[in-house]
Amino acid sequence: MAVELDVFVGNTTIMDEEVYKLWLDGYTVNDAVKVRMEGGVMEECEASADVLLSDTMDQYRTFQMCERLLHSPAKLANQLLFQITPHRQAVLIERYYAFDDAFVREVLGKKLSKGTKKDLDDISAKTSVTLKSCRRQFDNFKRVFKVVEELKGPLVENIRQHFLLSDKLGRDYAAIVFFANNRFETGKRKLQYLTFQDFAFCAGQLINNWTVGAVDHMVEDMDVDLDKEFLQELKELKILITDKDLLDQHKSLVCTALRGKTKAFNEMEANFKNLSRGLVNIAAKLTNTKDVRDFFIDLVEKFIEPCRSDRWTAADMRLYLTHYTNSAHILDTFKHQVVWDRYMGVIKSCIFKMYHD
Amino acid sequence: MPGKLKAKIVAGRHLPVMDRASDLTDAFVEVKFGNTTFKTDVFPKSLNPQWNSEWFKFEVDDEDLQDEPLQVTVLDHDTYSANDAIGKVYIDIDPLLCTEAASVISGWFPIYDTIHGIRGEINVLVKVELFNDLNRFRQSSCGVKFFCTTSIPRCYRAAMVHGFVEELVVNEDPEYQWIDRIRTPRASNEARQRLISLMSGELQRKIGLKVLEMGGNAVVGYLQCFDLEGESGLVVRAIGTACTLDKLSSGSAPNTNTHTHPNTAPASNACNSPSKDGKEPVFGEDLLSSSGPPTPFRALPTSSSSPPPPFSPSKPCSRQSSSSDTDLSLTPKTEVSQSVRRRPGIFLCPSSPALSTCTLPLPGSGSVSCVKGSVLTATTPPPLSTIRSDSALLEKNLSFSEDLLLAAPGMGSGGSVGKEAGPLKTLLRQQTQTALEQRGASSSGLLINTGEFPFFTLTSFPPGFLVHVGGVVSARSVKLLDRIHNPDEPETRDAWWEEIRQEIKSHAKALGCHAVVGYSESTSICEEVCILSASGTASILNPRFMREGCLDIGIADHRFEEPSPPSCGFCHIPYDELNMPFPAQLTYCYHCRRQKVPDVLFTTIDLPSEASVTGKGCLIQARLCRLKKKAQGEVNATAISNMLPFMEYELHTQLMNKLKLRSMNALFGLHIQISVGENMLLGLASATGVYLTALPAPGGIQIAGKTPGDLSNDHISTIQKRINDTIAKNKELYQINPPKLFALDPEVFCGINMELNEELVGSPIPEPRHRSRLFRSHSESSDEVSELDLSHGKKDAFVLEIDDTDAVEDIHSLLIDAPPPSGFYSCNTEVMPGINTWTSGVQMFTSVRVFRLSNANLTNQGLNKIFTDLCENLLKSFYFKLRSMIPCCLCHLNFTVAVPEDELIQVAVTAVAMTFDKDQTQEKPAEKPITKGSGDTEEQLQFSMELCADSSLANSQPPSKISGVPESSNISSRAASVDYGSFADRCSTWLELLRLKAHTIRRGSVKTISSLERSSPLPDGRSRSLRSTRSFGGTSVTVVKMTPLSFLPGTRIIKYLGIINMFFIRETTSLREEGGVSGFLHSFIAEVFAMVRAHVAALGGNAVVSYSMKECVFMENPNKNQAQCLINVSGDAVICVRESDPEATPSMTNSAQSCSSETDTAT
Repeated sequence: MAVELDVFVGNTTIMDEEVYKLWLDGYTVNDAVKVRMEGGVMEECEASADVLLSDTMDQYRTFQMCERLLHSPAKLANQLLFQITPHRQAVLIERYYAFDDAFVREVLGKKLSKGTKKDLDDISAKTSVTLKSCRRQFDNFKRVFKVVEELKGPLVENIRQHFLLSDKLGRDYAAIVFFANNRFETGKRKLQYLTFQDFAFCAGQLINNWTVGAVDHMVEDMDVDLDKEFLQELKELKILITDKDLLDQHKSLVCTALRGKTKAFNEMEANFKNLSRGLVNIAAKLTNTKDVRDFFIDLVEKFIEPCRSDRWTAADMRLYLTHYTNSAHILDTFKHQVVWDRYMGVIKSCIFKMYHD
Repeated sequence: MPGKLKAKIVAGRHLPVMDRASDLTDAFVEVKFGNTTFKTDVFPKSLNPQWNSEWFKFEVDDEDLQDEPLQVTVLDHDTYSANDAIGKVYIDIDPLLCTEAASVISGWFPIYDTIHGIRGEINVLVKVELFNDLNRFRQSSCGVKFFCTTSIPRCYRAAMVHGFVEELVVNEDPEYQWIDRIRTPRASNEARQRLISLMSGELQRKIGLKVLEMGGNAVVGYLQCFDLEGESGLVVRAIGTACTLDKLSSGSAPNTNTHTHPNTAPASNACNSPSKDGKEPVFGEDLLSSSGPPTPFRALPTSSSSPPPPFSPSKPCSRQSSSSDTDLSLTPKTEVSQSVRRRPGIFLCPSSPALSTCTLPLPGSGSVSCVKGSVLTATTPPPLSTIRSDSALLEKNLSFSEDLLLAAPGMGSGGSVGKEAGPLKTLLRQQTQTALEQRGASSSGLLINTGEFPFFTLTSFPPGFLVHVGGVVSARSVKLLDRIHNPDEPETRDAWWEEIRQEIKSHAKALGCHAVVGYSESTSICEEVCILSASGTASILNPRFMREGCLDIGIADHRFEEPSPPSCGFCHIPYDELNMPFPAQLTYCYHCRRQKVPDVLFTTIDLPSEASVTGKGCLIQARLCRLKKKAQGEVNATAISNMLPFMEYELHTQLMNKLKLRSMNALFGLHIQISVGENMLLGLASATGVYLTALPAPGGIQIAGKTPGDLSNDHISTIQKRINDTIAKNKELYQINPPKLFALDPEVFCGINMELNEELVGSPIPEPRHRSRLFRSHSESSDEVSELDLSHGKKDAFVLEIDDTDAVEDIHSLLIDAPPPSGFYSCNTEVMPGINTWTSGVQMFTSVRVFRLSNANLTNQGLNKIFTDLCENLLKSFYFKLRSMIPCCLCHLNFTVAVPEDELIQVAVTAVAMTFDKDQTQEKPAEKPITKGSGDTEEQLQFSMELCADSSLANSQPPSKISGVPESSNISSRAASVDYGSFADRCSTWLELLRLKAHTIRRGSVKTISSLERSSPLPDGRSRSLRSTRSFGGTSVTVVKMTPLSFLPGTRIIKYLGIINMFFIRETTSLREEGGVSGFLHSFIAEVFAMVRAHVAALGGNAVVSYSMKECVFMENPNKNQAQCLINVSGDAVICVRESDPEATPSMTNSAQSCSSETDTAT
């Protein structure tokens, strides 16, 4: 004795945002019903558990039918099957493409391949995000990656146009795509303290300044790949550490400017050569793909960690890097000012963002 | 060759991948009409092909144009093997054949495949050039407009209502042809879809011809149904009401945005809009308009000549019956040898049905039974008189109300409607006569036809049309199906319906009524047994509009003859109380005190807009399951027909009990469905209960044991207490507080009721329970007043006897029905009585549930419980799902039950949820600010002021109407946002009106301010919402609203684009993969909605009104992983604009929109 068939179809598709969230989070129908019961909807409308179950099933079915459309959000606007208000459409898409920071942190910089997909159950166990939700998020990354991979024009714009996402979410996806494409290493223990938002910020900096697109606006893959010519030119910066005079000159300029302005002056003075070598060496090695991948770990190892062990404050860091960058302009034998600025601009803002506990 | 059809295939999008290798499709399109086919070029390797074809031209007969759909097939080109079909679109071009409807069909249509569902979309342009064919022997009927709406469509006025039209066509069902064994399911489904499309085209054409013959130009209340008779064939039948409609000139249209404006479409204004007061204003207006078109009434000499119309209703009746008799003899009645002619046609006419489930010695309760239509004798066609034995057999008494003829003297003179000016009356009469002369003899020839059945499929009417309502008449007949041997001669089925209709007609006549309104027909088929049912409401229509044998109703002048106040006239019993064929409890009308009214009124129509109602209404359902032995052939048919009367009786009892339990006294929109399955019969009666102010308050329900000294006395008293509590609670819930009325104007009330008045006045604020007791005593006293019932004066003391456990169960089940949660109301009529302030939130939905009964040894009681729970749970689900719309009302809840298989019960519901403004529906608006004191929020204050303004308007308008003075600008400026006209309705008692008046005077100075405040913010809010709609439309999908009602709140229909009548089949052989039965049906229903919306949008429309799902046949075979479903939907495609829009803008934006869509598609 049971309800064999039970459907409810509205002319305007009815979607409960709470249930949508549960669905996205990968709850089974029964679990979702439990959550809803605890949430107290039942009292709201004198409903019984049966009613709740029926409603949840209906909604789940609707979402499943919509999912196909959500894969290419532009279709959602001109499909005829569901009549959904534009506002509701936007919400559906935005939520569908939203992701858990914990999850994204795990796959950031990994190749979006079948191999990674197989590891999803481990990630699920680790992040306590349901496997179903992990799959959706992973597939979203992959789908976005595939679509924008072959498009010309600015990355963020492309993502926003093809997936009708908000500016914020569009940028996040740009970061994910960028990281996946360059396979930046983010999983090392030393990098664990960094959040996705830290990386996303850095990705934004890199995309805006170091890619081909930062110079030329209509190149394929412009925002996804780093500007090779620029990376090549970075080698020229080596002179700052190889030329003894230049290094000393640079040091004295920085120290003069810093003296009396910070408590950490002594450590700065003592470490100057090490730190400068670290930063310039990172720049010089970026022509190797392997070293590009290690970009963030190098930044942490070569610069952030020494500073942190010397207990620099964020303000100290800011002060030091500003003067370090600016002093190079005064060096009369240093001819690579443009490349230096392009490099240090990004490094500076990345380190500012990354310098926290 | 009077028509040229042109079609152009523009583009496709979202096509499915047909070539796995390339993940692309090489699509081309075949366009077929009749036997001519054109093809587009192949557009290679694209999922979004741009064909941009030439115009394909078909030169065809207009007959074919009406019958055939344009068939567009999208295929995938394959060089080596056969081309694969992607899917099809059938486009009904009927709307293009009518000058007033759409001029072009242009838009994106979903490409539909019966196996895969929707597979992409195609953009098509269709035009028709029609050459006039004046051949009088033509077979086509182009130009006749069809409306599903069961009232005079808004933006038209009815110049004349001609009467009933019906037609049916039969054919073999392709699914059962031999060829079906060798063709694919797809081919078979498509053959069926195409055939049904053809048949309904043919049916419409034939009905159109009949309408033209009658001199009409439209069919209103068009109801088309399919009978899938399986082996024996496929029947498509339709009924409707032929009318002559005049389009309201666009000049007058702008004014329709004020409900109360005189130029509003009279009919629309009057009938179903929730918000009309429609009485006086319309009078004035009709006057104006009636001078235009000649209204060819052929009124009865008697009625037209004698001003106070003491018309003798017997005359029209007899005349009618004689004409029908001749018709009968004309129509050769084919002998139906194979069909079992059992006709348990019951007719329930509960205008005063005292149904008591009692063997209890109620003094002569209902013993004088009347003409009872229930014929239990399972033998040959029984005369309508074998009743006594049956009722004895039942041990229960069904009493049927009969109808009344007017107590003439009281009516003619007693007109409280002294508003109409005398001179106008005579003027109109003259007009009528001249018109009549003009029409002359030419029309008389047709009259025989039209007069055959005085039936009207309309459910709401212009004011004054309906004079009196007798009660519900219904007839059922059980038939054995036999193969239709010759499709060209559908006589058998015709004869069956003819019989039923005759029966209905005679029932109506027995009730003293000459017409049946709210008429509908339906069938239920199981294997070879078929139950044919018809029901309607016996009534007396204004005699002015009756011609010999038929009812020709024009709207223009009848109301001048209408002697009784519009708000209660229809309740008055139409027959002579001395000649009552059965004992009814009559009392004087509680509204006008001049005429007799029954204690309870059941009808199949909507609540007349002018009726005055106390409190709110609610949905009332009676549900019943009865087990039946499996049987074959005649035995089966006999068994079924033996059960039918019992079922009707029980349903009726349930309805009555539930009505009493809610302390209401009338049912509207009553629809009783009896479905037959192999091993059970299901009965579901739905109606909307209301408390009609004109009718007496219902008595309570008393519980009695078998013997006075019953042991279970305690038990009984607890039940009694529960019932009393429920009644009291319901009164509060539905805001039924009628006593005020009596307290207010006792002097009008006949002196006999003084006792009652004192009692009520004496206890100003009675406790709920106390009040309920008062009510009971009150109706007792009113019984005495009427002095009608010598033998059974205590009928109101509605006694339920507990004689066995079954009875206990019954009572428990009575109490099971949970009231809707707060914030919700529900009804199955167009709108909820007592709510007039609809806001624009609309959500139409369809829900289907199938329940599997697991074990075979179920009892009737157990089944009943399951069935009741099923229905109740469905309602609960709706409330839950729609909770975000609170406060809201579920309107037009239409339940359909079926027994698709042995152990399955299927319930399908289509309804609409509409939001309303809660504040403004308060019953006691004037009191609110007072009680709340000065701490009120501004909102509340403003609200009260508005109402004050309203009341003054409502009161002041009638005079202005009569003098023909146009409204003050004040009214029209604010009119868009609220329905003032309805205010009088809302204000259920004069007391409140008076109070409000006083209030208005006190606050007079604030009035204008409040109105100004109001006019500004509201339109703003709405325009915002519209903007968003438009921006959505900009993304190439037009928002199409759908509603089963004849209107959309907050909007005004400016154009009817034609009827939508679509039939789809969907089948799957991968049920599990599609999400099981629920997933399958869910997507199918969504697809049907999508296709309806697409067709409406292509016609240039933005809404479907009077939408209904007529058929939803679902079959499954989970073992084979298969399922099949058939759905038939219909409705009227319309263009509507927001009410507040000035006239110019809507039409412009609309044409602009359609233009842009055209250009879009053309490029």
